[in-house]
Amino acid sequence: MRQIHDIHGGIHPPERKALSRPGELEPAPLPPVLVLPLRQHLGVPALPIVNVGDRVLGGQTIAEAQGVMSVPVHAPTSGTVTAIEARSIAHASGLQDQCIVIETDGQHEWLSFTGITEWRALDAAALVEHVRAAGVAGMGGAGFPTAVKLNPGPTRPIETLLVNGTECEPYITADDTLMQCQADELIEGAQILAHIVSAESILIGIEDNKPDAIASVEAAIARSGAEIELATFPTKYPSGGEKQIIEILTGHQVPSGGIPADIGLVCVNPGTAVAAKRAIIDGVPLTHRIVTLTGEALASPQNVTACLGTPITALLTHAGLNAAPQQRIIHGGPMMGFAVSDLNAPITKITNCLLAPTPTELPLPEPAKPCIRCGHCAEACPASLLPQQLYWYARAKDQEQLAEHRLFDCIECGACAYVCPSQIPLVQYYRAAKGQIRDSEQEKRRSDNSRERFEARQVRLETEAAEREAKRAARKAAAQSKAAEDGADPIQAAIERAKARKAEQASEPEQTP
Amino acid sequence: MSLLKVTSPHASGQSRVSAVMRDVLLATLPGVVVLTAYFGPGTLVNIVFGGLIAVGCEYAIVALRGRDPKVAVGDLSVLVTSTLLCIALPPYAPWWLIAIGVLTSVLLGKQVFGGLGYNPFNPAMVGYVVLLISFPVQMSAWASPRGLAEVPGLMDTFRHLFAPTTIDAVTAATPLDLLRQNTGLLFDDLLTSSPELTGWGGIGWFEANLAFLLGGTWLLYRRVFTWHAPIAMLAAVAICALMGYDGGSSQSGGSALFHLFSGATMFAAFFIVTDPVSSAVSNKGRLIFGALIGVLIYLIRTLGNYPDAVAFAVLILNFCAPFIDHYTQPKVYGTGSRES
Amino acid sequence: MLALLSDQPLLAALSALLGLGAIFGALLGFAAIRFRVEGNPISDQINAILPQTQCGQCGYPGCRPYSEAIADGDAINKCPPGGEETIQALADLLDVEPQPLDAEHGIEKEPVVAWIREDECIGCTKCIQACPVDAILGAAKVMHTVIADECTGCDLCIEPCPVDCIDLIPRKEGIGFWHWPLPEDRAPRFDIIATDTLARDAA
Repeated sequence: MRQIHDIHGGIHPPERKALSRPGELEPAPLPPVLVLPLRQHLGVPALPIVNVGDRVLGGQTIAEAQGVMSVPVHAPTSGTVTAIEARSIAHASGLQDQCIVIETDGQHEWLSFTGITEWRALDAAALVEHVRAAGVAGMGGAGFPTAVKLNPGPTRPIETLLVNGTECEPYITADDTLMQCQADELIEGAQILAHIVSAESILIGIEDNKPDAIASVEAAIARSGAEIELATFPTKYPSGGEKQIIEILTGHQVPSGGIPADIGLVCVNPGTAVAAKRAIIDGVPLTHRIVTLTGEALASPQNVTACLGTPITALLTHAGLNAAPQQRIIHGGPMMGFAVSDLNAPITKITNCLLAPTPTELPLPEPAKPCIRCGHCAEACPASLLPQQLYWYARAKDQEQLAEHRLFDCIECGACAYVCPSQIPLVQYYRAAKGQIRDSEQEKRRSDNSRERFEARQVRLETEAAEREAKRAARKAAAQSKAAEDGADPIQAAIERAKARKAEQASEPEQTP
Repeated sequence: MSLLKVTSPHASGQSRVSAVMRDVLLATLPGVVVLTAYFGPGTLVNIVFGGLIAVGCEYAIVALRGRDPKVAVGDLSVLVTSTLLCIALPPYAPWWLIAIGVLTSVLLGKQVFGGLGYNPFNPAMVGYVVLLISFPVQMSAWASPRGLAEVPGLMDTFRHLFAPTTIDAVTAATPLDLLRQNTGLLFDDLLTSSPELTGWGGIGWFEANLAFLLGGTWLLYRRVFTWHAPIAMLAAVAICALMGYDGGSSQSGGSALFHLFSGATMFAAFFIVTDPVSSAVSNKGRLIFGALIGVLIYLIRTLGNYPDAVAFAVLILNFCAPFIDHYTQPKVYGTGSRES
Repeated sequence: MLALLSDQPLLAALSALLGLGAIFGALLGFAAIRFRVEGNPISDQINAILPQTQCGQCGYPGCRPYSEAIADGDAINKCPPGGEETIQALADLLDVEPQPLDAEHGIEKEPVVAWIREDECIGCTKCIQACPVDAILGAAKVMHTVIADECTGCDLCIEPCPVDCIDLIPRKEGIGFWHWPLPEDRAPRFDIIATDTLARDAA
């Protein structure tokens, strides 16, 4: 039995997981229009390779990856491309981004795919290429390109592949449902991923509030006959943070600023493992995902399999949204999710939950009161930070002190703001401060670069001027030596020539215009 | 329908500033009841009168500063400040003493720095120290406990508040005073000559300390603060007293039990040292903060010139809090092994 | 000697003070030499703070000359591209009061980059010569283009262009540059976004 470690801090918000009936999964209806953002992942947006008016088939690549930190986008069904333009996307900023819009035709015509059953015979690089081509990005919420994660480099040997089935955020049951309904695929996917990173062992971690998922995964492990360890641990938010689950299950901490691979781990979401299995064994790209539709404002909260690009409003209508005059729709969970500002925005690879709470269920925040330094936040912080100090320094924009107090080790889990008796939106302060620091670092790099270029140009101009000067001097010297040879002063001669010309002009009659 | 845009987290716990302050006020009840029982209604009248002045003053100042005064008063912090100060003041203090103390606490201790959360010093202790230095006679006139003298009734107390000369409230030296002033007597001699010193901490004092311990324990149970600062302070007082106590010579500082259960020890440990705003922030920092206050309390009590030492000790450590914070930052995840 | 000093308390006090002064002075002098920190010349530190747009809005031909002028006592508020942030940083460095930006030299604007409308470019190379950071590529009679990553948005190329084919476009637009703003004190904790999405969908 694996020893379970405890993490610092953490909170126990009401879980509300039963609301969306985890374990039952139905397909969502196909909407008439799909909006596929080119950036559904962390990194560089994909580049469209279809034109407006093109007919596309299900599974067809419609935008390809640009560089390493990018993943391609595929059509989730057959239809016609009607626009490639900026559309509202599900993003905390409420800004628009480039999207490919597909009018679906309901024919469900798909490309035919060939999978690789003998994947054990292939080397890692070839398999990673398949994962990349299938458009797999982390499905837990951050959308990190999976192909990049699977390539930690030769300096980081991987011991363990860790499947993070914690799903510690309240309300969300997408991973729970996936582990119940697609456990066999999950096990296969985990084995493929372990093979790719040459991990010696596979470890699946599930919080103990999901007994059905635990039983289902246990049974799947037994069926597969593979040596896979299943670890369960007590429910606490945010145990599902990558760094947190690693400490819980191994007792080790990911070094600050490092990645799990630094201590021999690769950590993936169950959805990512299933997507990888489908990419390799079935050859099918990532075009659908499980989304939890929940909240008391929905008549029938549920988990659905939805096409990427389905507008949020279509899913909410499907689940029977009974909207209040002022309704909050949360993309993600109640702790880390953001409020959506346009319901026409589509779901993407990172959409694990859409939460429509009633005002009594999740009351609106009260006006923030002054910080009384009670220290509850420091006790709740899973990273052992001092949130109240970070708050003061973020207000003061004191970037030096923010670095000193390790702002960038904050995982933005929201535990501090949850327990804050003054109701201060602490996480927003940290996000803003991080953004400002990244901005000023970028500006600093830019300005250093400009200074170098400016100085290089100054040097170049000076050299050029010096060269011109040298040439002129050389010419002058040559002329002087020539004049010395001729025995006459060339300047004197030139002056005399000019005088003669003047005298000539003066003697001519003045012309009237 | 319109959409609401709110920043995460969208869920929130139950804790609120006003609830915390309310809990602190409730927790002072046992202590106030015991003080009233032993010393008469003086403290109670202090608290009511001081509270009225404090709320009025806070309301006016916050309104002048252009903020919402209802919100500021509604968080109850000003009532906590005035109540703690008024518990520390001698019962049957004249009205002007209370008024000056409360106004100093609210204005100089809190509002000049920007109100709740911004004060570097414990506001109640600022008010207390200003009074102690300015009016030493009035501040050391503590009432005699019931049993040794007649305790005034409620009406007499009110009359006394505004016309101190109409009745003679019987005052007596506190046990700590007696100990400090009688360095020529052996401890046992002192005990027999002063009936006030009966019991572990003196008549009334022991019971009041016990009551404040009870209230503080309830606050600990309610997780209003962590155990670090109060327990460290009590432990430091006890250890210092153990080291200084030689069994009762004339120079001896009093036993550990005497120091723990006399004067304002328990009140300070659970109601003054635990003020989060002006204390150190990390748990380790709060241990040091509390312990140093405990040491200072003992030193000032035994060697200093003032009867009790809590206010000075707390203010001095308030100065040191940022310094302590700087050296007690907790080990952040991923920056080395964390001590468990 | 000692007897003299004890007889003359004034003299004793004076000599003690003088002696102390001499000892500490010597100590300080020694420390100043022994523990001397080789710092950047102040103008280098100033130059590191300036935004390096090389736009000349300050009245000097580039950031380096302005940094030298500041080191010689010129005002710190003549740099519109740096804005309040640069003024604050300079004020911290030089330990002077921050001043508001001198509007005579321009106002703080969003950062921009130059962008050449390439089908209109006639290939005159005038902009190439004007660019202080060599961020424009091209040759005589062929189309020019701006290396956006190197452009400082100084706008010095706009004026020389004979066909006005250079635009300044915002550098930080789009979702990639967005970050959360700091919460405002005493502002409502939520925004209300009017939408008729559901009504339209239902219809």
